[in-house]
Amino acid sequence: MYEFNYRHANSVPDAIAAMQAADDGKFLAGGQTMLPTMKHRLAGPSDLIDLKGIAELKGINVTDQSVTIGAMTTHAEVAASTQVQNAIPALARLAGNIGDPAVRNCGTLGGSIANNDPAADYPSAVLALGATVKTSQREIPADEFFTGMFETALAEDEIIVSVSFPVAESAAYMKFENPASRYAIVGVFVAKTAGTVRVAVTGATTCAHRALRIEEALAGELDAEKVDAVTIPVEKMNSDIHASADYRAHLVIVMAKRAIAAASS
Amino acid sequence: MTDFGIGASVKRKEDRRFLLGKGRYTDDIQPNGLTHAVFVRSPHAHAAIKQIDSSAALAAPGVIAVLTGDDLSADGIGPLICGVTVTSDDGEPHKAPAHPALAQGKVNYVGDHVAIVVAETYAQARDGAELVMVDYEVLPAVTDTATAANPGQQQIHEVAPDNVCFNWPFGDKEGVEAAFASAHKVSSLDLVNNRMVTNAMEPRAALGEYNAGTEEITLHVTTQNPHVHRLVMSAFNQLAPEHKLRVVGPDVGGGFGVKIFVYAEELVVGWACRKLNRPIKWTAERTEAFLADAHGRDHVSKAEMAMDENGRFLAMRVHTRANLGAYLSTFGTMVPSYLYAFLLAGQYATPLIYSEVKAVFTNTAPVDACRGAGRPEATFLVERLVDVCAADMGMDPAEIRRINFIPVDAFPYQTPVVQCYDSGDYNAALNKALELAGYADFPARAEAAAVRGKCRGIGISSYVEACGMAPSAAVGQLGGGVGLWESAQVRFNPTGNVQVFTGTHSHGQGHETTFAQLVCDQLGVPIDNIEVIHGDTAKTQFGMGTYGSRSLAVGGVAIAKACDKLIAKGKKIAAHALEAAEGDIEFADGSFSVAGTDKAMGIGEVAFNAYVPHSYPERLEPGFDENAFFDPTNFSFPAGTHICEVEVDPETGEVDIIKYSAVDDFGRLINPMIVAGQVHGGIAHGVGQALLEACRYDSDGQLITASYMDYTMPRADNLPSFDLDYAPTHPPDNPLGVKGCGEAGAIGAPPAVINAIANALDVKHIEMPATPETVWRAAQTAARA
Ligand SMILES: Cc1cc2nc3c(=O)[nH]c(=O)nc-3n(C[C@H](O)[C@H](O)[C@H](O)COP(=O)(O)OP(=O)(O)OC[C@H]3O[C@@H](n4cnc5c(N)ncnc54)[C@H](O)[C@@H]3O)c2cc1C
Repeated sequence: MYEFNYRHANSVPDAIAAMQAADDGKFLAGGQTMLPTMKHRLAGPSDLIDLKGIAELKGINVTDQSVTIGAMTTHAEVAASTQVQNAIPALARLAGNIGDPAVRNCGTLGGSIANNDPAADYPSAVLALGATVKTSQREIPADEFFTGMFETALAEDEIIVSVSFPVAESAAYMKFENPASRYAIVGVFVAKTAGTVRVAVTGATTCAHRALRIEEALAGELDAEKVDAVTIPVEKMNSDIHASADYRAHLVIVMAKRAIAAASS
Repeated sequence: MTDFGIGASVKRKEDRRFLLGKGRYTDDIQPNGLTHAVFVRSPHAHAAIKQIDSSAALAAPGVIAVLTGDDLSADGIGPLICGVTVTSDDGEPHKAPAHPALAQGKVNYVGDHVAIVVAETYAQARDGAELVMVDYEVLPAVTDTATAANPGQQQIHEVAPDNVCFNWPFGDKEGVEAAFASAHKVSSLDLVNNRMVTNAMEPRAALGEYNAGTEEITLHVTTQNPHVHRLVMSAFNQLAPEHKLRVVGPDVGGGFGVKIFVYAEELVVGWACRKLNRPIKWTAERTEAFLADAHGRDHVSKAEMAMDENGRFLAMRVHTRANLGAYLSTFGTMVPSYLYAFLLAGQYATPLIYSEVKAVFTNTAPVDACRGAGRPEATFLVERLVDVCAADMGMDPAEIRRINFIPVDAFPYQTPVVQCYDSGDYNAALNKALELAGYADFPARAEAAAVRGKCRGIGISSYVEACGMAPSAAVGQLGGGVGLWESAQVRFNPTGNVQVFTGTHSHGQGHETTFAQLVCDQLGVPIDNIEVIHGDTAKTQFGMGTYGSRSLAVGGVAIAKACDKLIAKGKKIAAHALEAAEGDIEFADGSFSVAGTDKAMGIGEVAFNAYVPHSYPERLEPGFDENAFFDPTNFSFPAGTHICEVEVDPETGEVDIIKYSAVDDFGRLINPMIVAGQVHGGIAHGVGQALLEACRYDSDGQLITASYMDYTMPRADNLPSFDLDYAPTHPPDNPLGVKGCGEAGAIGAPPAVINAIANALDVKHIEMPATPETVWRAAQTAARA
């Protein structure tokens, strides 16, 4: 780790002001991505601005229509919330399977989607459920939030405040884990809401995305067999020592079918 | 059996301090004036060093020194050594390129040591290391085991043409060829034994302290064998004379072989602490452990078996290429030679065996012993080949094993490959394992799985291994530079409690309990009054350390012999005190008694008399403190059958181990709980190799699996609950009747797992690690066939 200044923020404006004053500042949420990167000396921010003290970034609010989760809510809190479990059980289960207990007790929803790791779980839920990301500046629809590998629509000094997930009729997430890191080699989130089925894929490509070909094939129905006819473009798939592109393309189909089956049962 | 004697599952004495967080590891020690070291390591697999510029580093805050290979050689510190000679087919000893502890003009693998930076704090040392400017001229890298010796490859060391360290033929070549020529059937298999990173929980560390008054260096180091470290560093590296070098292996968090070797870092730290006259500590980061700990395995082989019409093995032929890495580690040459080829008979009465091992250099980390060392490679090859033989002959894998087993009445059994097996009943273990595994009902379970769309498979591995290293004469004949006896001292204090000094070293094995049980059993002293002491050259007599499952089979016997001497002396003392003839004194349960009378005295009283000899036998030395050395007359040959049952998801290639049954012959068990723990750990290690662990370099020599994000260690949810049982035999060569048990699981497990997957998919072979993608591809091919 290189030396850095630690800044504790008490409010969103406070945090933004600290960011604007810093040479090369970074927000700190659960630190589960930020701190390992710094320990490996792959990142050396001048300032770490800790969001932990900001009350308005925390908490879960559930209505009939939506589940709104504060950016600083940990994975463990989402997983343990009976309100989330009742409203969108697939979301609670997804959170409960991220990393290990230490990661879940520190890592946050905001940190996960701001970081936008190509193999992270949450982005697929944000996309498939058609969530809205509320920031210190605006509201960003899911489809506009994730812009590329480790890239989002967020400005440097923009803070995620919360994410609002519409309650789905049914939803399911299927994750094929990397045996070493246990991130997703391929994860598929399927959500059915009022006549439409949305399908989002993580892990397979450089950035989580909606699987439009699968969505078209399903045409609003949770019918796994319809996925068999879909071809997944192999050339767009990631390829590494854990899974080659064609294996990943195959897994997208398998995980999609399993997610659809789970969502329809 | 008493509650604490031989055969009792006594809870581990050492666990109190570990569970209370009171273990004391090298990195826990904080002497006054401590400085911190970071090594500058090569980012290239192969490069010439044109220049090293330390000026910026030396100017950085807190940096005390930057030392390089030139400084090391100017002080006469010798290169690292390899302790075992293998004679190549040209009659010459193996090629041994210089292995400088800090690079001399050239680096040969990513992580190779270029310089040491010493600073007041760890962070300053790291900052300093980043400021050392090294000008490299990058050379092409050689990383692939199979092709490293091909013509036209980049040369790594001038002394080793074609990157060959040795080419070692062994066995009756003509006899084997004749048997193959007239065989009814020949089965053959190409297979790879995957390279592994050992990954002890505690990374390597070294702390050097120099006392200018006594001119003594004290080196705390993560070692499995402190005296061997001291000997090598004194005799070969000229660090300091043996009597001026104290090596301490305090609590060590796992070794698995990787902490046997004398590494560059500990030698450099030992030297630099005297040069700078400051204590220096170096602790590896996990990334450094991946890059610069010795790796294990890495063979590419072809195996062939000639059979008669009944499936009886007539002859076996093996060709292996073994990767030794960039330099020879301390025992690098021995692993793919003597520890490998001498085990190729397996449990079978195959009369003729010929093997040829070509060991090659590559631009990768040095390869040396890792739990099992050579025997897992041999066992994987033999046990996979036997399954291929069974398939080719249309026989049940259990049956082909049974008809080829060395029969129970043939022990001691001289194999055609040097080793003479001590004892065994291979059929008994197989039968018990088949029963435990529910082998007979397997087809019904497979059918039920098929209904669920899953492929079930069952795999057998009947292994034998050679451990309890080792008879010194045999070691010497083979070109080893050491004797492999073990030592013990058993010392009574005047108040009757006992200190046991062992030359072995415990780094997870539970010696402090097992050896205490042994002494409790022999001398009748309560286990709480016995302390086992190890790991410090200033406290214990010379000993050879712990590896090759030798601590009980060799070191335990030394302890028992020291106990015998105490009993013999105690009889003299008791005879005098009880006014009886020495021949009438009997010893049992801690009490010396006069036969046929009720006159007796406890061993504690005898000890007191020995230290306060007011009324004492004439000419007998005072004191109650005996030492003993034991040099075994043979290796120890644990054996057994492991059976693995898997379920494969053909859609994804995921493998689920449903059931794992192991029946082992470890002779007599001293502490069954500790033995089971060793077996559990060994199986986990073997399952890791079979399913999960892949150490991969790219063609530029970058290690692409250098963290836990990419290198998969086995975790609890990768493993089932193991079903263990034993089929013990009595090894006549071992005075305690024990065999080694520390490596057996890692040796037996890989072929059991792979045989099960091959069975599930009905394919000939599948390479390790059988990752989901590998298995999925095999399932695709099988489905098409
Ligand atoms: C061992 C391990 C295993 C893991 N396994 C998984 C897994 O299986 N699946 C998975 O999805 N993830 C996994 N993770 C990642 C984990 O979910 C992290 O928590 C997450 O990626 C980052 O969240 P964080 O709260 O720790 O953010 P931090 O690390 O603190 O920050 C990450 C980035 O987000 C920015 N940021 C944080 N909060 C905000 C905000 N409110 N507004 C704007 N920017 C913000 C930071 O500036 C930083 O750039 C794993 C991590 C570890 C260490």
